[in-house]
Amino acid sequence: MHYESHIREPLILGDKNYHDVTVEVARPIETAPPRSWWIAFSISLLLFLWGVGNILYTIGTGIGTWGLNKTVGWAWDITNFVWWVGIGHAGTLISAVLLLFRQKWRMSINRSAEAMTIFSVIQAALFPGIHMGRIWLAYFVFPIPNQFGSLWVNFNSPLLWDVFAISTYFSVSVVFWYVGLIPDFAMLRDRAIKPVQKHVYSILSFGWGGKAKHWQRFEEVSLVLAGLATPLVLSVHTIVSMDFATSVIPGWHTTIFPPYFVAGAIFSGFAMVQTLLIIMRKMFRMEHYITIQHIEMMNIVIMLTGSIVGVAYITELFIAWYSGVEYEQYAFLNRATGPYAWAYWSMMTCNVFSPQLMWVKKWRTNIMFTFIISIVVNIGMWFERFVIIVTSLHRDYLPSSWTMFSPTFVDIGIYLGTIGFFFVLFLLYARTFPVIAQAELKTILKSSGESQKKHHTEDGHH
Amino acid sequence: MFVFSAKAKRFSLILMAVGVISLILNFTMSEGVSHEDVTHITSHEEHSQAVVGEHATGHSEDQHASNDHHETSSHDVGHDNHHQLVNKPWSRLFVNIFFFMAISLGALFFLSIQYAAQVGWSVVVLRIMEAMSQFLIIPVLLIIGLSILGVFHVHHLWHWMAEGIMDPESPAYDSIIAGKQGYLNPGFFITRSVVYLLIWVLGAKLFRKYSLQADTGSKEEGAALWSKKRTLSAVFLVLFAVSSSMMAWDWIMSIDTHWFSTLFGWYTFAGLFVSALTVITLIAIYLKMNGYLPELNHSHLQDLGKFMFAFSVFWTYLWFSQYMLIWYSNIPEEVTYYLIRFKEYKGPFMTALALNFLFPILVMMSRDSKRNMYFVITAGIAILAGHWLDHFVMIMPGTVGVEWSIGLIDLGIFCGFMGLFIWVVFSSLAKAALVPKNHPMLTESKLHHI
Repeated sequence: MHYESHIREPLILGDKNYHDVTVEVARPIETAPPRSWWIAFSISLLLFLWGVGNILYTIGTGIGTWGLNKTVGWAWDITNFVWWVGIGHAGTLISAVLLLFRQKWRMSINRSAEAMTIFSVIQAALFPGIHMGRIWLAYFVFPIPNQFGSLWVNFNSPLLWDVFAISTYFSVSVVFWYVGLIPDFAMLRDRAIKPVQKHVYSILSFGWGGKAKHWQRFEEVSLVLAGLATPLVLSVHTIVSMDFATSVIPGWHTTIFPPYFVAGAIFSGFAMVQTLLIIMRKMFRMEHYITIQHIEMMNIVIMLTGSIVGVAYITELFIAWYSGVEYEQYAFLNRATGPYAWAYWSMMTCNVFSPQLMWVKKWRTNIMFTFIISIVVNIGMWFERFVIIVTSLHRDYLPSSWTMFSPTFVDIGIYLGTIGFFFVLFLLYARTFPVIAQAELKTILKSSGESQKKHHTEDGHH
Repeated sequence: MFVFSAKAKRFSLILMAVGVISLILNFTMSEGVSHEDVTHITSHEEHSQAVVGEHATGHSEDQHASNDHHETSSHDVGHDNHHQLVNKPWSRLFVNIFFFMAISLGALFFLSIQYAAQVGWSVVVLRIMEAMSQFLIIPVLLIIGLSILGVFHVHHLWHWMAEGIMDPESPAYDSIIAGKQGYLNPGFFITRSVVYLLIWVLGAKLFRKYSLQADTGSKEEGAALWSKKRTLSAVFLVLFAVSSSMMAWDWIMSIDTHWFSTLFGWYTFAGLFVSALTVITLIAIYLKMNGYLPELNHSHLQDLGKFMFAFSVFWTYLWFSQYMLIWYSNIPEEVTYYLIRFKEYKGPFMTALALNFLFPILVMMSRDSKRNMYFVITAGIAILAGHWLDHFVMIMPGTVGVEWSIGLIDLGIFCGFMGLFIWVVFSSLAKAALVPKNHPMLTESKLHHI
């Protein structure tokens, strides 16, 4: 058995055996949802429907319904796109990078984090889709044969790289998530009493039998997928950052963008995982699995990535001055003191200052505080993209074309709609999928369970 | 207990002797050249400079017109060439000083990560990182010494230190460089270097001190010191995050004074980290091969190999990010940096990329090769050679221009520093047990199996 130092905190609280884990993970699926689930679901569904209405209005009428203009040609929609893609990073980071780093605390949060990844990438993909205007011609983003019309994609454009990066990321994330789900679906299949459920879960579990060979293949595939997904996590936001950084727009073109975007994405992704899991652990009584220690660990990641983002902001500011290029200097001066200074300082407060509060152990282990900061961070990361996109564009090289951007109700409606859609998907998932990777979690019960750990220490064999 | 054997001592002394001889040759031979043939070389170089200018901009007239944005101010090419010749021995020295500084700083960073991230498996190699970080003081002091010499115009490594460059009355005046005076001025520059020295050396000493203290105490004291080191590591990492980036701007980026890149600090960090990981691994293998560190098993070796592999890829990622974005947008202020590297330094430039990326990818990918000491040694030597070359390509173009060469003298100076490094690190290793006692994660590390 794997040995673990007594100094490490237990990851599973209470006096649990394997059966308890099974029962408690299956409970949200096998019992009727609490009233809070129905309330959350109804609100999300309403938002979603409102968003659908706005999207249909946009498609029917045109992009003119948005607040974009000639100078600020990318604004609200691309802000939302980058925001959602960024949020999608935490899932794969937790399941792949933390797997490679053998971080055992990822086990009770990876399933939901991966689900969140998939759902948020779906929201992200929506925005470039509808921004095209004629969404029925969306297949032209792919390099398709000329029989469809003599239009060939521009391989020099990072926007095309984005199509490849995000679709690859989405597919690998789905496969990774699904592979992990197989033994858990099998568990649900074995427990199901109603024939329909039993049938559905037995199809989903691919005939999993839990044999040694199955497990060996399972672990091998997980490692290979983790190895593939790790560079993908970095590549996706790297390429999103290149949408901006390959240009010659001051404020967009800067070499730090790739790693800094990745750090920011992980930052916002973890904040969203916190938001979701704090609600979920309460709603489904998962406090013994998603412990204060898990929340603390995620807060430390938020603090770390927030600080990396902070260093990047300050580096950008410093180098803009140091470069001696007047356009660079003005772009940053305009950010901090121009008409959108309020957005810049909201971003600075939410992203740089607020995560520093996590240095205090008492605060980072406080659930209410964590919940508030997780939302603050996501507001900040939304503003970051808004600042980068809108303030860099609204005052370009030609002062006669300087202008402002303000969103219309359609812009706001579509954004709210994606939040609704995201929560609809997540809430449905939470009722039908095992929200904790119980098969994986059981592998550490003996080494990291609270009562088992206490037992080892008492016996004195380390 | 590790014994710094007479044989190893002799080896390191021989290396140091080679280094001293190379340094003497480095300075005497180069000075001979610049005094005897200065007119000849100057006129020859004037020609080759013009050729470089033409390559860089397409039209040499353009270069004269947009003087402001070019490294080589063409109004006194002869003067610059004189500087470049004077610089050459100093640049050779600086490349090696910086490289060994990078290795020991990277080891200190990795050491603090072991505590911040509550790492268990690495306890058996912690002492190697501690010993490597003890070397740090030497190269940092040497860099401070070099910058003081630069201020007194003994050499011309940092272009902005040139006489009159920030004085509007002077013929050497450069308005862009003058705009950076608030940051690039001798007083602030040296003060910053001293601050880096204090942060790093203090960090290295404290980690070492707590670690030795734990050896003599009880298990409980060991655990208490471990918590203390966790706090220390958090504080150190914050300071490191700022100082490592600023160090890269100061010591290297300001060589090409006009040029700027926001990624440069992190890029330099990636290079220093992977070099340090490689040296940690090589020392661990050396100890293992000489019968020390019985606790070090194939799983540890594989984990170290994974780090070498992963951070080689990470370095390449940052290399590509910086290169591709500058190449793609093709803005004159930025792209000149790569033009000279691509045109005049193609050999070392491309070799570094191959050694630092292709080699680790091909050799270190499989689990079996990471568990084979000879494969790891081969890859390690390639990675170190590659990163030495990378530092060479970072430093040389801005200091000696087209006057570069790589030869026995470079190798000799490298050997000298290697000898000194071995002497300091091995002496430090010999002072305490190779595996720390009373570390709360010690058993985890001993039982490490993947």
